[in-house]
Amino acid sequence: MELNSKIPAGPLAEKWTKYKAEQKLVNPANKRKLDIIVVGTGLAGASAAASFGEMGFNVKVFCIQDSPRRAHSIAAQGGINAAKNYANDGDSVQRLFVDTIKGGDYRAREANVYRLAEVSNNIIDQCVAQGVPFARDYSGLLANRSFGGAQVSRTFYAKGQTGQQLLLGAYGALSKEIERGTVKMYARREMMDVVIVDGRARGIIVRNLVTGELERYSAHAVVIATGGYGRVFFLSTNAMSSNGSAAWQCYKKGAFMANPCFTQIHPTCIPVHGDYQSKLTLMSESLRNDGRIWVPKDAEKARLLREGKIKATDIPEEERDYYLERRYPAFGNLVPRDVASRAAKERCDAGYGVNNTGRAVYLDFSNAIQRLGKQAVEEKYGNLFEMYERIVDENPYVTPMMIYPAVHYTMGGLWVDYELQTTVKGLFAAGEANFSDHGANRLGASALMQGLSDGYFVLPYTMQNYLADQINEKPLATNLPQFEEAELAVRQKITRILSINGDVTTDNIHRRLGHIMWEKVGMSRTEQGLKEAIEEIKALRNEFWTRVRVPNVDGMNTELEKALRVADFLEMGELIARDALMRNESCGGHFRAEYQTQDGEALRDDEHYAFVAAYEYQGVDNEPLLHKEELKFDNVELKQRNYK
Amino acid sequence: MHKTGLSSITKKLIMAVTGGGFVFFLLFHGAMNVVSIFSEDAYRWICEFLGANWYALVGTIGLAVLMVLHIIYAFILSYQNYKARGKQRYAVNERPEGVSWASKNMLALGAFILFGLAFHLYDFWSKMQLAEIKGNEPVDGIDQIKFIFSSNYLSIMYLLWLVAIWFHLSHGIASVMQSIGWNNIQWKRRLEWLGNFFATVIVLMFASVVIYYWLIV
Amino acid sequence: MNIKLKIWRQANAQAKGQFVEYQLNDVPAEASFLEMLDILNEQLVLRGDDPVTFDHDCREGICGACGLYINGHPHGRFKNTTTCQLHMRKFKDGDTITVEPWRSEAFPIIKDLMVDRSALDKLIQAGGYISVHTGGVPDANAIPINKHKADLAMDAASCIGCGACVAACKNGSAMLFVGAKVSQFALLPQGEIESEDRVQKMVARMDELGFGSCSNTYACQAECPKNISVSNIARMNRNFFVAKMKK
Repeated sequence: MELNSKIPAGPLAEKWTKYKAEQKLVNPANKRKLDIIVVGTGLAGASAAASFGEMGFNVKVFCIQDSPRRAHSIAAQGGINAAKNYANDGDSVQRLFVDTIKGGDYRAREANVYRLAEVSNNIIDQCVAQGVPFARDYSGLLANRSFGGAQVSRTFYAKGQTGQQLLLGAYGALSKEIERGTVKMYARREMMDVVIVDGRARGIIVRNLVTGELERYSAHAVVIATGGYGRVFFLSTNAMSSNGSAAWQCYKKGAFMANPCFTQIHPTCIPVHGDYQSKLTLMSESLRNDGRIWVPKDAEKARLLREGKIKATDIPEEERDYYLERRYPAFGNLVPRDVASRAAKERCDAGYGVNNTGRAVYLDFSNAIQRLGKQAVEEKYGNLFEMYERIVDENPYVTPMMIYPAVHYTMGGLWVDYELQTTVKGLFAAGEANFSDHGANRLGASALMQGLSDGYFVLPYTMQNYLADQINEKPLATNLPQFEEAELAVRQKITRILSINGDVTTDNIHRRLGHIMWEKVGMSRTEQGLKEAIEEIKALRNEFWTRVRVPNVDGMNTELEKALRVADFLEMGELIARDALMRNESCGGHFRAEYQTQDGEALRDDEHYAFVAAYEYQGVDNEPLLHKEELKFDNVELKQRNYK
Repeated sequence: MHKTGLSSITKKLIMAVTGGGFVFFLLFHGAMNVVSIFSEDAYRWICEFLGANWYALVGTIGLAVLMVLHIIYAFILSYQNYKARGKQRYAVNERPEGVSWASKNMLALGAFILFGLAFHLYDFWSKMQLAEIKGNEPVDGIDQIKFIFSSNYLSIMYLLWLVAIWFHLSHGIASVMQSIGWNNIQWKRRLEWLGNFFATVIVLMFASVVIYYWLIV
Repeated sequence: MNIKLKIWRQANAQAKGQFVEYQLNDVPAEASFLEMLDILNEQLVLRGDDPVTFDHDCREGICGACGLYINGHPHGRFKNTTTCQLHMRKFKDGDTITVEPWRSEAFPIIKDLMVDRSALDKLIQAGGYISVHTGGVPDANAIPINKHKADLAMDAASCIGCGACVAACKNGSAMLFVGAKVSQFALLPQGEIESEDRVQKMVARMDELGFGSCSNTYACQAECPKNISVSNIARMNRNFFVAKMKK
C-alpha cells in the first residue's frame, strides 16, 4: 500500500488556505444526519467533539474517567505556544514553524507543522474568548514566557496549570454542546475495538467500566484522541489510566503506526524513590527559565552527597558544574528536552549523580531568588515548589531541587495524512494519538498547541471533506456481522484473561515491562540492547498470558481494565523496540549510542532515514511490515541541530 | 423547579434578612435594658413608650413575622440539607480548622434560643405589652426585672440563654453578610471580627442587666 | 511502617456496605497514600480477594479523580492536598486509618470508595461556560483585562472538580463548586456578558440535582485541596440577586 499524505500542492504558506478553499462541505441539513464518534476527551477530543457539535453533526463522545474533565491534558503545566509576537521579539509563524521542525530534529512533515504554526494564533484567541484566565501584565494584556528550544517568548500560560485551564475551556465548550443535545457523552467507557465495514471505520465496541458490559456504537466516522502510549514504560508522567490501547486496536485493524520509537523523556521530573512507585511527577520545564542545572565537579563530592554526608548547599559555587551552560552556551538551561535529558543521564552515568540513587541532578533557584527576590520566584513557580515539597519533603527555596528525566510524551502514534485520517478510511487520529507534528522530539508547550489545533481548527474542516460523500449513508445498525464479530473477539479476550488465574499480578508484569523498556529502549539505545529487549518482551508477554491473575468479579473490575491495557503494552513495547532497531541513526528522542558525534550529540542520517516509519500489523508474533513516507524539506535546510 | 418555588439561595436570603433584622432589634432592645442600670425612671419611660401604642404593635408584629419566617425557613433548609447529606453518614468526622463550632450547630442553638424565648416572653412580654393589649394594667418593668433576677435559678438560665445567643450571633452576623453577597477575600476576616464584636456587645448589654440585678441590687 | 486500615467496602450501588479491616505491614514512608492502597490491592489480588476500588488518575493533584474521606476529612487532614498527594510519612507507625467514600445524596456510591460525581458535570452543562463557538472570535489582546481580576478569575478557575467541598459540607452543598465557576466568568469581560443567565441556570440546576444549600460553615474552603475561597460564593449570591431583580 502506497502512503499518500495528501499534502496540497502549492507554496507552504498557502497550502492550508488552499485546502480550506477547495475542500468539500456538508450542508447543515445533512450534518444532522451524520454521526461522529470521538474517543477521548483531552484537548484534542473535547475540542473536536465540541466543534463538530457546534457545526451540527451528531456526536458521541467516550472517556474512561468519570468525567471528560479528567483527561490527562489537564496535567500540562507550563504553557502553550503561539506565534503572536506580542513580546515584539521577532517571532512569526515562519519562526515557530522552523523551531518546531528543528526541535523535532527534522523528522516531521513540513506542511503539517506549518499549519500548526499558522493556527496557533487562533487557538489563543479562541481560548481567551472561552474565558481561559491566561496570565496578564498590569496593562491587562497577555503575558508570555520563554520555553526550551526557542529564543523568543511565545508561551502563554495560566500559572502552572495551563493544561488544566485549556482543558476546562474545551470541557466547557463540550458541556455546552451536551446541553444543546448535539453531543452525547459516554463516561466510564473504554474503547475495546474499532469496527470496520467495507473498508471504512463505522463504529466501536466499548466496555462499560461500571457494569462490565460490552456496548456497540456506530457512526459515519471515528476519531481517536486517546493520547499516547508512554505507560509502556510503567513509570512515566502519564496518568494511571493513560493507555495506548484504543490506538493499538486501530493498528491491529489496519491503521498504520508511525515512528513508535520516538518517545520523549522529559528532563525535569522528580526522581524515582522506590519500587512501589506508581508514577513520576513532572516539574514544569518553565522552571528551566530561572533554575540552573548542576552537579558537583568533583565525583568524590557527588559520592558524599549520595551518602548523605554533605548537603548540596555545602558545595561552593566554583565546585558546581553547570553542565548545560558549559556545553550549550547559546541556549544554556533552555536546550530542548531530549538534549537536556541525555546530558543529565551522561553526568549521572559518569558518576556525578546525586540523591541516594545517584540518578538525579540539581535544579537550583538560589541565583534566581537572589536576583528576583523570593516573592517573585514564588509568584512564578510557587505551586510547583509546593508540589515538590509535598512529594520530596524538602524545601526548594532552601535546598536545590533534585530532578531526573522521565518518560513524558510519545511523538509517535497512528499514521495520519494531512487530513488527520489514518490508513483506514473514516478513522481519524488527533492529538498525541497521532504522529503528525513533532517529528522525533516535541518542544515544550507544543502539545497543547497541537491538541487544540487538531480539534478546533483542523478536524472540523477535514472531517467535512470526508463526510461530504457519506451523506447518503444511513446510520448503521449495530447488529451487522462486523459488530458481532468484533464484540465476540473482545469477549473472548476478556474470558481468556479471566481464566488464567495465575500467580502474578498485572502490576508486577507491567513494572517489569517498564524496567526492560527504560533500561534498553529508553534514553540511550543500542542494537544489542534492543534485540535483547524484543526477546525479553516476548517472554514477558508469554508469562502474562499464562500466569497473570485477574480477579473474576462482575461489574466494576479495575484489575481487568489494567490487564487489558498491559496486554497491549506488551505488544507495543516490542514495536517500539523494533522501530528503534530499524532506525540506525540518532534523532530527537531516539538516541542510538552507536550513532553520535564526537561530543556525544545525536547524529542524524538524513540520507537514509529522513522518512516516517509506518508499520502495518501482520499478527502478534510476526514482524510488522514497514512502509516509508519520505520527508521532503523544501523550506528549511537540514542541519545538525546546534544549541551551542 | 424547586418544591417551594424559591431557590436555595433565595431561602438563604430570607434567613439572612430575617436574622439581620433580629440583630438590629437586639441592639435596640439591649440598649434599652442597659438604661435600667443607670436610671429606673428612664427605663419606665421607655416601657411606657413601647406599650400598646400603634408603632410598638407594628414593631411587635414585624418581629413576629421575622421570627416565624426565620424559623420556618430554618426547618425547611435543615430538612433539605439533611436529605442532601444522604442516608449514609461518615463513621469518622472531624471539624476542620477554620470552621466554627457554632456554624455547624445553628439549628440546635436556634432551638435552644427559641425554648428560652418562650420563657422570656412569658416572664416579661406577657406581663407588660400583652397585658396592656388585653386591657389590663401592665406590671412595672423595673419591678419585674428585680423579681425575675432575684432568683438564682432564673438568672443562671438567662445567662446560659445569652451564651447560646452569643454563639448563634457570632456565626449569624458574618453569615448574613455572606448570604446577601457582601463578602470578599479582604473583608472576610473583618466581617467575622465585626460579627463577634456585635455579638459580644449585644450579649454583654443583656448580661450586664442580669448580673446587676442578680448580684448587685 | 505498619498500619491498620478500616475501609468501606460495598459491592455495588445497591449492595449494603460495611467496614473491613486490613492489617498492612512494611509500608514505605515515602509511598503516597494511593501507592499504599496499590500495595494492599496487590496483596488482595494474590490472595484471591476483590481489590479495593477507588477513583484515581493523574496522581499529581490536578485531575480531581481521587477523593477519599480519610480519618474524618476529605483528602485527609492536611491543607491544600489531594488524596494522591498525601504521603504515608504523615502517618505514624501503628495508626488506624479509616477510609470512606464521599458521602452525599448527589454522589451515589458505585463500588467501595468510588462514587458517581456526574452531578458536577451536569452543573457545568447548565451554564458553566461562555457560549462562544469555535472561530470568529476577536484577537486575544483586543480586550485588556484588569490583572487583579484576571488573577481572581484564575484562582476561582483552579477548581479540580473533585467534589471535596460537597463531601465536606454537612449540607452536601455544591455552592463552592458553582460559586467558583460563576465567579471565574463574572470576573472576565468575556464571561460577564451572559453572567446573569448563567448564575440563574446553574443555581436552578444545583437545586434540581439534590445538592443542599449553603449554611456558611466554610468547611468547603477549609477542605478544598485548591483552597478556593468562599468569597466566590458571596459573589455568586450577589450576582444571583442582581439577576433575579432584573427579571
